[in-house]
Amino acid sequence: MATKAFQKIFTKITQITKATVSLHAEDVGYGELATIQGQLAQVVKIIGNEVTLQVFGGTEGIPTNAEVVFLGGAPTLKVSDQLAGRFFNSFGKPIDGGPEIDGVEVEIGGPSVNPVRRKQPSELIATGIAGIDLNNTLVSGQKIPFFADPDQPFNQVMANVALRAKADKIILGGMGLTNDDYLYFKQVFDNAGALDRIISFVNTTENPPVERLLVPDMALTAAEYFAVEKNESVLVLLTDMTLYADALSIVSNRMDQIPSKDSMPGSLYSDLAKIYEKAVQLPDGGSITIIAVTTLSGGDITHAIPDNTGYITEGQLFLRSDSDVGKVIVDPFRSLSRLKQLVIGKKTRADHPQIMNAAIRLYADAANARTKMENGFDLSNYDERSLAFAKDYSSEILAIDVNVGTNEMLDETWKLLGKHFKKEEVGIREELVKEYWP
Amino acid sequence: MAAKGKVVGIISNLVVVEADGAIAQNEICFIHIGDERLMAEVIKVIGKNVYVQVYESTRGMKVGNTVEFAGHMLEVTLGPGILSKNYDGLQNDLDKMEGVFLKRGDYTFPLDKGKKWDFKPLAKAGDTVEAGSWLGEVDENFQPHKIMVPFVFEGTYTVKSVAEAGSYTIDDVMAVLTNSKGEDVQVTMTQKWPVKKAITIYKDKPRPFKLLETGVRTIDTINPIVEGGTGFIPGPFGTGKTVLQHGISKQAEADIVVIAACGERANEVVEIFTEFPELEDPHTGRKLMERTTIIANTSNMPVAAREASVYTAMTISEYYRNMGLRVLMMADSTSRWAQALREMSNRLEELPGPDAFPVDLPAIISNFYARAGYVNLNNGKPGSITFIGTVSPAGGNLKEPVTESTKKAARCFYALQQSRADGKRYPAINPIDSYSKYLEYPEFEEYISERINDQWLDKINEMKTLLQRGLEVSEQINILGDDGVSVDYHVRFWKSEVIDFVILQQDAFDEIDAVTPIDRQEYMVDKVMDLCHKDFSFESFAEVGPYFKRVINTLRQMNYSEFKSDRFYNYEKELQETLSEAVV
Repeated sequence: MATKAFQKIFTKITQITKATVSLHAEDVGYGELATIQGQLAQVVKIIGNEVTLQVFGGTEGIPTNAEVVFLGGAPTLKVSDQLAGRFFNSFGKPIDGGPEIDGVEVEIGGPSVNPVRRKQPSELIATGIAGIDLNNTLVSGQKIPFFADPDQPFNQVMANVALRAKADKIILGGMGLTNDDYLYFKQVFDNAGALDRIISFVNTTENPPVERLLVPDMALTAAEYFAVEKNESVLVLLTDMTLYADALSIVSNRMDQIPSKDSMPGSLYSDLAKIYEKAVQLPDGGSITIIAVTTLSGGDITHAIPDNTGYITEGQLFLRSDSDVGKVIVDPFRSLSRLKQLVIGKKTRADHPQIMNAAIRLYADAANARTKMENGFDLSNYDERSLAFAKDYSSEILAIDVNVGTNEMLDETWKLLGKHFKKEEVGIREELVKEYWP
Repeated sequence: MAAKGKVVGIISNLVVVEADGAIAQNEICFIHIGDERLMAEVIKVIGKNVYVQVYESTRGMKVGNTVEFAGHMLEVTLGPGILSKNYDGLQNDLDKMEGVFLKRGDYTFPLDKGKKWDFKPLAKAGDTVEAGSWLGEVDENFQPHKIMVPFVFEGTYTVKSVAEAGSYTIDDVMAVLTNSKGEDVQVTMTQKWPVKKAITIYKDKPRPFKLLETGVRTIDTINPIVEGGTGFIPGPFGTGKTVLQHGISKQAEADIVVIAACGERANEVVEIFTEFPELEDPHTGRKLMERTTIIANTSNMPVAAREASVYTAMTISEYYRNMGLRVLMMADSTSRWAQALREMSNRLEELPGPDAFPVDLPAIISNFYARAGYVNLNNGKPGSITFIGTVSPAGGNLKEPVTESTKKAARCFYALQQSRADGKRYPAINPIDSYSKYLEYPEFEEYISERINDQWLDKINEMKTLLQRGLEVSEQINILGDDGVSVDYHVRFWKSEVIDFVILQQDAFDEIDAVTPIDRQEYMVDKVMDLCHKDFSFESFAEVGPYFKRVINTLRQMNYSEFKSDRFYNYEKELQETLSEAVV
């Protein structure tokens, strides 16, 4: 950031830790940005004239006589239509070699939407992936994460979802992305010819971890510009929120805060909610939808990060590899979209809710049959048929490589039911069976 | 005169202020940043240093910013016009705020100054009155809203004059009272009360005993809650806490419903905003919104105000209780409130208790639950606050501090179970782990034998035993295999399944099944228990499951049909026929 006239410059550093620097300074605002020898830092504590700064890039090599320049305000992003198609770092500076953005400078992490001004989300987001569209339908204005183990192809699925969803803008917030994944996103968006509606804020594993704390706020500030000012539907992709939370715990640890569950700061719930609750359906038609990734350790959802996330988000999409069909599927039991009730059977065909529930119920019967089989009990004819159904259902519907329209998903499911079951076994309302039974 | 001060330190929303005068614990102050005035509350005083928690973001605050103390604690304004309002945690009227985004330091008046209310006097000149006495009433959304002697008044007063029947605004003088020294005081329709202090203006607080109908079978029948009772619903995410809570607030037989959306999803509040003005109150036929007040402090709104929000909601509940009304208060979720306490305790560098929660958490929670209850007011009329809180246990583990502290305070426990939710057995309340202490009250027993019948409690206990046995049998079948146990075991298991599917499970999205009035619950319980008392005979275990699936299906169709309609009786006849096939 360029220095301006009349900036306050101090050189009396009193304390340096791995992530923070304290110094004597006056007339400094809470949350204000500063630079220390060109490194960006933010005020996190003021006691009398002692000011503590959190240094985003770490404090390696900072001497006690370093020059500290206060910039007079909180972190900002310049917003305008020029953002489209560009790649930025955590501070909102271009990293694609292009020019600086001309625009209005707004503080990131702005205020919340008044709850009485929100509208109830009602627009379906089609992704072509049946495990999502059929069983866990997404709605604009929703916030939902993928819960996945690190070895699963969540970034690929997310890129597919982003490209197929008919959003006006897609904003990628990459936190701790490997350079390979960063290049993957860049290439996929480029190949799809969608680069002009994509904006990326990227912190890779090569950058200091604390920097990534700025990424969600940067991405969402850009999203609010397009959703509020331009009434556009904006899809925000945040990957990986687990690495974001890890950075939070680093900072709170350095500030001597007492950790709560799993060494996470006690404010984890509020910190995550502040980000996810930016998802909104605005009264004038604009919307912000957030799809995030929370990586799990060995599928454990009781860890503080996925657990707090689950209480905030409107459901979760659970990826699991199904060894029976050799594909990664969207787990129908552990996945949930809380907002699907607002659109299924209303924006989709009337048989959608019933066929969805019936198929999942029968898939559950197959799981019971499998347990029976594993325990060495005899299988009934029904058990065998449900196992056969589960295999077909897994590869034709649940697999993440499926890409079809919603009506075709419904037809395909009817076909599978007809292939393996009798009408009276599926427990679907009479009129619907009459109309759709293959 | 109230004290003034200057900011000397800032750590997130904890601000240290140097004050020039006397300060009270929990006193409110305003910190000036430019044109903005940010509200804050005193939470600790050490020497000249006053620690305050700010209800807003402290971004841009500087050492030296001026502070103005208000001389009182956090208060709410009580008066007609609270019903159907949407407030934030500090009782700001959200609808009066301009723009899409909340502005820092934007505080709006909670009532409507210009609105006229039809007043009817209840007291007359010469009457002796005290705090809480009813002076008159206005009609607020068809509820008799009492205009009371302000709760802060001490001693007795003589009524000098009361306004005549007519229409008035909230600031008009409704009565003039004379105190024991002969001084006159004026009373308007509004008064203020500090939220953290309980309103204890009533004669006595007997044990509650009257069933509060919620229309939810697994509550009313199995573990009932009473008017003035307390309950809590812990459950992992995705087990249907919100649906259950919305169901109760829609259906419960209460005059007033106060919902504190405390640190939860904004879209869930939007759902209430969208639905309640459309939905009808099943008891009166009027719109649900007319009897409801929402305190919305969603998870992205400032954390300190989240702590205040539950107190704001409770004080509003106590106000309506003192009018002799039945108030139902719901708080979703008290865990978020506890987390707000934890964040602040952490910044104050207090020594932490379990999971870094403050050590006095159990005391804070039980004090709060104690504000609910059934009371006899000073004029002999009853009033009640039934309080149901939800708890969001970390990792779904019920052995965490908030659940454990709440268990000590609340009398009803509705444990939502992940495996029931996974099996789509909604409401996912575990019938065996959950309890209602009210079932043990002799007062309740007496009441329920009159309201329903004198065998009711025995039937319910038997039903719980059957459920317990069914669970044991199913475990044995899982170990020994279907043919490893006698056919009798299968019948026993399926009888418990009938209870589960017909009584416990209920479709919250079905128009008819969503609400079951108590007479209908009685009818179905009799039906199911009759069936459980019968002996069945089967050739082999393979016949048992399919047979009982048919029985369950017919009984569920009865649940889906209008009570005592032709359709209902047709299914009942069908059930009789099915039963005659296998009953010996």
